[in-house]
Amino acid sequence: MSTRLQTGGRLIDRNARRGFTFNGRRLEGVAGDTLASALLANDQMLVGRSFKYHRPRGFVAAGAEEPNGLVNLGTGGRFEPNQRATTTELFDGLACASQNHWPSLDFDIGAVNGPLARFLPAGFYYKTFIQPRPFWKHVYEPFIRQSAGLGQVPAERDADRYEHFYAFVDVLVIGGGIAGLQAALAAGRAGARVLLIEQTAHWGGRAPVDGVTIDGHPAEAWIARALKALEGMENVTLRTRCMGAGVYDHGYALGYERVADHSPGDTRPRHRLWKIRAARIITATGAIERPLSFAGNDIPGVMLASAVRDYVANWAVSPGDRTVVVTNNDDAYRTALMLREAGLVVPAIIDARPTASGPLVRAAREAGIRVETGRGIARVKGAKRVTGVALCAQAGEGAVLEEIPCDAVAMSGGWSPVVHLWSHCGGKLTWDAGQAHFRPDPERAPTSHDGAPFVIAAGSANGYLLAGEALADGDAAGKSAVRSLGMAAKGGAVPKAEAEAEGPMTPVWMMPQGAGAELRMKMWLDYQNDVKVSDVQLAAREGYESVEHTKRYTTLGMATDQGKLSNINGLAVLSQSLGADIPQVGTTTFRPPYTPISFGAIAGEARGDTFQPLRRTPMHRWHEENGADWEPVGQWRRPYCYPRDGESREDAVGREVKNTRQNLGLLDASTLGKILVKGPDAGRFLDMLYTNMMSNLKPGKCRYGLMCNENGFLMDDGVVARIDEETFLCHTTSGGAEHIHAHMEDWLQCEWWDWRVYTANLTEQFAQIAVVGPHARDLLEKLGGMDVGAGALPFMAWSEGEIAGVRARVYRISFSGELSYEIAVPASQGLALWEKLVSAGEEFGLMPYGTEALHVMRAEKGFIMIGDETDGTVIPQDLGLHWAISKKKDDYIGKRAQQRAHMVDPERWQLVGLETLGGGVLPEGAYALAPDQNANGQRNTQGRVTSTYYSPTLERGIALGLVRRGPERMGEIIEFATLDGTTMSAKIVDPVFYDKDGEKQNV
Amino acid sequence: MLILHCPHCGVDAEETELAPGGEAHLKRFGPGSSDAEFESYLFHRENPRGVHFERWRHAFGCGKWFIAARATDTLEVFGTYRAQTAAPPQDIRDAITAKRPGWAWRDLA
Repeated sequence: MSTRLQTGGRLIDRNARRGFTFNGRRLEGVAGDTLASALLANDQMLVGRSFKYHRPRGFVAAGAEEPNGLVNLGTGGRFEPNQRATTTELFDGLACASQNHWPSLDFDIGAVNGPLARFLPAGFYYKTFIQPRPFWKHVYEPFIRQSAGLGQVPAERDADRYEHFYAFVDVLVIGGGIAGLQAALAAGRAGARVLLIEQTAHWGGRAPVDGVTIDGHPAEAWIARALKALEGMENVTLRTRCMGAGVYDHGYALGYERVADHSPGDTRPRHRLWKIRAARIITATGAIERPLSFAGNDIPGVMLASAVRDYVANWAVSPGDRTVVVTNNDDAYRTALMLREAGLVVPAIIDARPTASGPLVRAAREAGIRVETGRGIARVKGAKRVTGVALCAQAGEGAVLEEIPCDAVAMSGGWSPVVHLWSHCGGKLTWDAGQAHFRPDPERAPTSHDGAPFVIAAGSANGYLLAGEALADGDAAGKSAVRSLGMAAKGGAVPKAEAEAEGPMTPVWMMPQGAGAELRMKMWLDYQNDVKVSDVQLAAREGYESVEHTKRYTTLGMATDQGKLSNINGLAVLSQSLGADIPQVGTTTFRPPYTPISFGAIAGEARGDTFQPLRRTPMHRWHEENGADWEPVGQWRRPYCYPRDGESREDAVGREVKNTRQNLGLLDASTLGKILVKGPDAGRFLDMLYTNMMSNLKPGKCRYGLMCNENGFLMDDGVVARIDEETFLCHTTSGGAEHIHAHMEDWLQCEWWDWRVYTANLTEQFAQIAVVGPHARDLLEKLGGMDVGAGALPFMAWSEGEIAGVRARVYRISFSGELSYEIAVPASQGLALWEKLVSAGEEFGLMPYGTEALHVMRAEKGFIMIGDETDGTVIPQDLGLHWAISKKKDDYIGKRAQQRAHMVDPERWQLVGLETLGGGVLPEGAYALAPDQNANGQRNTQGRVTSTYYSPTLERGIALGLVRRGPERMGEIIEFATLDGTTMSAKIVDPVFYDKDGEKQNV
Repeated sequence: MLILHCPHCGVDAEETELAPGGEAHLKRFGPGSSDAEFESYLFHRENPRGVHFERWRHAFGCGKWFIAARATDTLEVFGTYRAQTAAPPQDIRDAITAKRPGWAWRDLA
């Protein structure tokens, strides 16, 4: 059983007890525990079920690479699935539950998958479940959905807050082991601005666990001194619990700081995302031990040898009473020696190498530990917990020589440098045959804007696994970083780290090397995604030669741990199956983040009201106080309608439309884009920008214009007013002001940069109010000021003056078909004028109206709306807007494109009105059906609805739509499909439903 | 997350301040051009692994357009210059040649 030892534990405080629950059971740990060490101290080795076969799983590792120990952590607004118990610091009151099992962790019906495992090989999704077709929907998919998936989705809103932080440094050091500390010291002493981040809560990495001495003292003493020195430097910043998540272009890096995960609710932000710009980045990210591939290597109790050492040294937890060590290298002997020293039993060290003779091996033998060389594990015995191992010859096929009872197995297949951050931005790797791992190739480092390398790997992350080399390499990295930045590296003796020497390791990719199919099916590579040696071999037999394809076919390394343990083992198996060298097969791509980071951290402060800026018109508060039902329009909020007591939205819209047509309506049109275009060449420029002629517009007049992109497609429309000889004011759609302004600047700066034209986006400078309806003129005349009579201010003219004492520019334009004035006043005067209009308008029956009434009225008039009648594939000619396309101009943006064969095809869908036979309202976006089917067996279509409303004015449904050769087919009745499978009949009619001659707007 | 120097306002701008504008130095074809010319202007783009010329706008800065000469494979930036330039200036071309002898882009070399 796993238990807490009576003595030791460098990271724990035995006197500070911490209560927590696991699957509702109350357990106790101590301060300094991780959730994993606390569970193990309570003999909770079984912590989850595997993804595919629901096999019982326990902890394999003690750090970020852990694939099995994932839990649902927390409750309510702090619930989060898939949290690694090995990197979760224990706190009082922590609540967690195991995942991926039903009905319970101990008894899982899904484990029936076990005996069926041979029917779920690599690629089973692709081959087993496709035929027969109906089975996918009714049998396979429900089964897979039931059994697949890790953890649960949080049900409540996240109770925590998150923040972003920006940092600019000369040298970013990622990893606070001895190499990283020394690199930071070297860079800091040279005067560089240094940020040193460490993903755990502790400095020093593995050195204190592995019994390293530095300058003759235990590593911990040197680490304390190094920290003190770093803390004394003003140019150095230190952060623990801060992981280097990713390295990106030009020295950009992300740090993921888990500020308050260990103290939830303490008012600090839970996570902080560091956005770091560094001239140089040192990746001192350490190395990860690899498992060995033997049958049953996933049974709870089988752990990495280094993890066993971590649990004993850091948290005084023994994973078992009797631990068999199995290895292909000397390092694992440290585990055996440590266990022995802690008073535990090590029945044997099983060493796959034919001979072993390093100092650590000698020490083990001298301590009386049985060492079996040339041996392997044929299979691990046990189901939910290791009960023993069967020994075999490593060179053989797995014939059992002896069975050794034990309750834990410590395995080591060698070490792989953590090269993720080196690789994120293009750093290349080289194969180190001596240590059987990929390490960074310094000749092919990631390069920055100036072509110089900007990432330097250091320590065991650079392939220097021995403490002495690692420390020296950290020093060299720090000095090399500052020198490359033109700073002088300060001298000083490099501290000397010492540990027992190690003899050479021997790569072992399968144990025993001649294992048959039965054993290979039980050798796990990827614990989290349940990928075995046999799966990768099958993929190779089926022709998957590329490691990237094999990964996707088998799902090797595609789980939340991204194959930190398994990838090298997997590609070694693949390369052996293919008869190729490992470096030839290569690795899959390393992508950020290094371990999963929270969505909260990515979002930072951008949530709720601060998700994006909200744009408010000057009259926003009035709308709010008068019951506006809001609609988002770009980043603006506009009133959709103003419902009165008990009114539905539909009723309110109907009332607003009728009142505007019969009496008087008021619309806040401030969101309309207003772009000033000025200069001697302004007219010439607008002639290129709009499809119609603008240069011959007279000052004092307005003209409706269409703007296309160079593809010919309609992108915006609006009224242009000529202010004076050199000045135009271009109105754009509400959402369009910014991108139309950018469009103008693009052409002015990049194509016609010699034209003397200047643009300014004045959208927010003006409040604009539309006074609309038969009494519009009466109201303005009542308020007094400028002459707004038909003679002084005819339709499509504008003039300047005062309305109710406010300086105003008044445009006689109409988007509703009624007598209409759009009054622009300085934004600061908008609310005052609005309120004057409202109170003076009472006697005329004035009511404000919202965007929906605006839409209904424009549709009744057959006016197009950008985004409804257009979708980026529609040209003005499709919309019957030929009258707004100049025939006289040689050129305008989009003209050449509109001459292409497809654009002049008479078969194009063109704008018409649609009148349903029963008076009903057509569904939005409904397609007009045509006879027969296309090659894919889908019904042919001949048009679609682009706008559809109930018209309160006409008291029936009206719609606009694009129909093949539509304008030639007036009076024809066509069928539209609805979502419930029925059809609706509609007659093709003129798109103008109301006041076709425009008598009402032109009074 | 590139950093590009804005030749108008002198700021070394983060990519978040910039808006990309695609390939630089396109020649516009309008009415009167052949179908082939227009197709090429509208759709045909270089897709080099290596030296490339791109338009960028300092959209959340001074608002000006400029052109960046950079390597698409290593992210090295050889230089930036104002968009009001018909062809890559000699000093930019020299800077590229110094780093990438034998480079070619469209009909430039």
